[in-house]
Amino acid sequence: MPDRLDVRKTYKLFIGGAFPRSESGRSYPVTGPDGTLLAHVALASRKDARDAVTAARAAFGRWSGATAYNRGQVLYRVAEMLEGRLDQFTSQGVQNEGLDRADAERAVAAAIDRWVWYAGWTDKVAQVAGSANPVAGPYFNFSVPEPAGVVAVLAPAGSGLLGLVSVVAPVIATGNTAVVVASERYPLAAVTLAEVLATSDVPGGVVNVLTGRAGELAPVLAGHMDVNAIDLTGAKPPDRADLERLAAENVKRVFATGEDTDQDWAAAPGIRRLLAFLETKTVWHPVGI
Amino acid sequence: MRPGTEAEGTGKPLMKGANDARGADGGGALAETAGTTGTEWEYAPAPESRDVVTLAPEYGLFLNGEFVPAAGGARFATVNPATEEPLAEVAEAGAEDVDRAVAAAREAYERVWGPMPPAERAKYLYRIARVLQERSREFAVLESLDNGKPIKETRDVDVPLAAAHFFYHAGWADKLEYAGFGPSPRPVGVAGQIIPWNFPLLMAAWKLAPALAAGNTCVLKPAETTPLTALLLAQVCQEAGLPPGVVNVLTGAGETGAALVAHPGVDKVAFTGSTEVGKQIRRTLAGTGKRLTLELGGKAANVVFDDAPVEAAVEGIVNGIFFNQGHVCCAGSRLLVQESVADTVTDRLRERLGTLRLGDPLDKNTDIGAINSRQQLDKISELAAAGEAEGAERWSPPCQLPGRGYWFPPTVFTGVAQSHRIAREEIFGPVLSVLTFRTPEEAVTKANNTPYGLSAGVWTDKGSRILWLAQRLRAGVVWANTYNRFDPASPFGGYRESGFGREGGRHGLAAYLDA
Repeated sequence: MPDRLDVRKTYKLFIGGAFPRSESGRSYPVTGPDGTLLAHVALASRKDARDAVTAARAAFGRWSGATAYNRGQVLYRVAEMLEGRLDQFTSQGVQNEGLDRADAERAVAAAIDRWVWYAGWTDKVAQVAGSANPVAGPYFNFSVPEPAGVVAVLAPAGSGLLGLVSVVAPVIATGNTAVVVASERYPLAAVTLAEVLATSDVPGGVVNVLTGRAGELAPVLAGHMDVNAIDLTGAKPPDRADLERLAAENVKRVFATGEDTDQDWAAAPGIRRLLAFLETKTVWHPVGI
Repeated sequence: MRPGTEAEGTGKPLMKGANDARGADGGGALAETAGTTGTEWEYAPAPESRDVVTLAPEYGLFLNGEFVPAAGGARFATVNPATEEPLAEVAEAGAEDVDRAVAAAREAYERVWGPMPPAERAKYLYRIARVLQERSREFAVLESLDNGKPIKETRDVDVPLAAAHFFYHAGWADKLEYAGFGPSPRPVGVAGQIIPWNFPLLMAAWKLAPALAAGNTCVLKPAETTPLTALLLAQVCQEAGLPPGVVNVLTGAGETGAALVAHPGVDKVAFTGSTEVGKQIRRTLAGTGKRLTLELGGKAANVVFDDAPVEAAVEGIVNGIFFNQGHVCCAGSRLLVQESVADTVTDRLRERLGTLRLGDPLDKNTDIGAINSRQQLDKISELAAAGEAEGAERWSPPCQLPGRGYWFPPTVFTGVAQSHRIAREEIFGPVLSVLTFRTPEEAVTKANNTPYGLSAGVWTDKGSRILWLAQRLRAGVVWANTYNRFDPASPFGGYRESGFGREGGRHGLAAYLDA
């Protein structure tokens, strides 16, 4: 008998800043690699996915309209909160993913550092991706990057926190809001990240986290008319063509790297993901007296 | 909408500004046609000579540096939409021709164009730009004949801009490592490019110039109704000594385009055209890993605030929707005018439309040319009829349409609700839908109330309001106190269902680089 009975956590969805169970009432067991039951995690339904899109849309105006400096500080604050949970994420990596403790801690540290890296991009990406354009006429002409809108993110199936951070941070750093489908096998880090986000000044709805089956949720998101872009990283390769076809319905931006889901997430990410969910807006005005 | 007199380089003729004395100085046609003097003053015809163009009875496909008939021998006629007279017979490329063209492009990519020092590639593009400038009148007349658009537009907009696109992109060919796509960006390979009929030569230039500069080779499919200037451009490529296979031109209709899109040897597809076809192409390419950029339809809002200089705004409205007969994906087809000035603006707009001259595209005084095809005319007519049926008020200036050819008068609908088809669907013709708003917030909501997001216009004297609105409009191009300006250095392309990717500027290179 332990001295004290631990208080176990209920792993729920994260939609619009709140932590509901699935409206379907469903859950699924998450186990460690040895089959140990770790938790019953909410099994999100298609309705939950649609609710998450509604929440992400509602949050888009404020988040995309925030100053880049403000977004940078909010995201940096997330890193501060992540650091405080380093041990918890490490334990989840050990239990859920079966990493040894040193590897798990290294991965969490890399995830936190990556988050800091992206936090620093918020007020730089416009200068890297924007331009003043020398048109042949009396006009002032400039191009600025703007967020695409609501982005559905299928997080990599084979990575817990690091893979998740690598796909979510670039989406929201540039002012998009996200509906994230967590790794089905390794969802614990995603729910814990949601708790971090909920306590770090990130407005509700900016990131919405769904745990469940990508195969069930992805088609809803790919075909949703109010989702502007989709990251197919976590989709199974045979499903990708169908998802791309669904995405054609409202001309979604599709980020499909074709990379295997067990890619090395520790490698330097570059700015490809940062630029993938940006539009370019060009503004003209005459010059005269 | 007057012929360009401004020394503006390659741009379109400058829109008349607020300080322009037009209307007050009697310099336009207003005083003459208003009938107030009781004298009907008419312009004498001022036709541009057709002699500069020599039309062949038949044109082949441009394949591997030579003009050849289609393998299956199929041909179709291209007609002058202003007269319905056939201009020439053009080869219709089939699957076998697509195979040959893609193979030629691949061969040229691997053996010639890819390995070529970039500075040499640049010089070919400079050459093409120069020949386009030298033969500009020929291109302008041919474009007006085949497309139906007024000569003043082909002469002052389409052709000079096409040349400018080659000139601009030529210089990128040997500077790509500085374009922000990494230290050694690579070309994508063979590009399949499908272009529309509204700016046949200009769209060919938009597609070919950046692709070639980045080191790709191209198979270009011009629109069915406007193949001739692309074929003349192919001749220019020959004249410039461009190696065989670097540019291939396959004339044909939708089936030819579909075969090109689906061809496994094509690495990248670029399409400009309707949203419907764009979605179909997206579905075709699903799961193939092929690169894709789409420039699709639009339903742009042109927002006029109560403090806008009315004369300038009216010129901008006219330019926004009646430029190129409204066959413009970024046309300002929804006028959003602040309620307090709605009557003033629409009254002045009607007056101004009374001075527009519709007729012979080759007449240098013509403002509104022919509708490009019977099919398009039917579509415009159908949507305009729907506008009336749904309760909007239809108005056109007194305007005699020529007896032959495809014509549609400049048309303005007032009392339009957001739910009306003419406020939601792209008409792609000279039809303006007028809606009103009271507050800036309402203007933003209405402007963004569309699945499209290609362009928008803003007219106000207040700088901070321009920037406020520009931030909130979900559109890829925002013209403030101007409209329908284009430049090779200026990225162009849409949000949402208007497509993805940009053409022009540093941003446009991304479509053709594997960074």
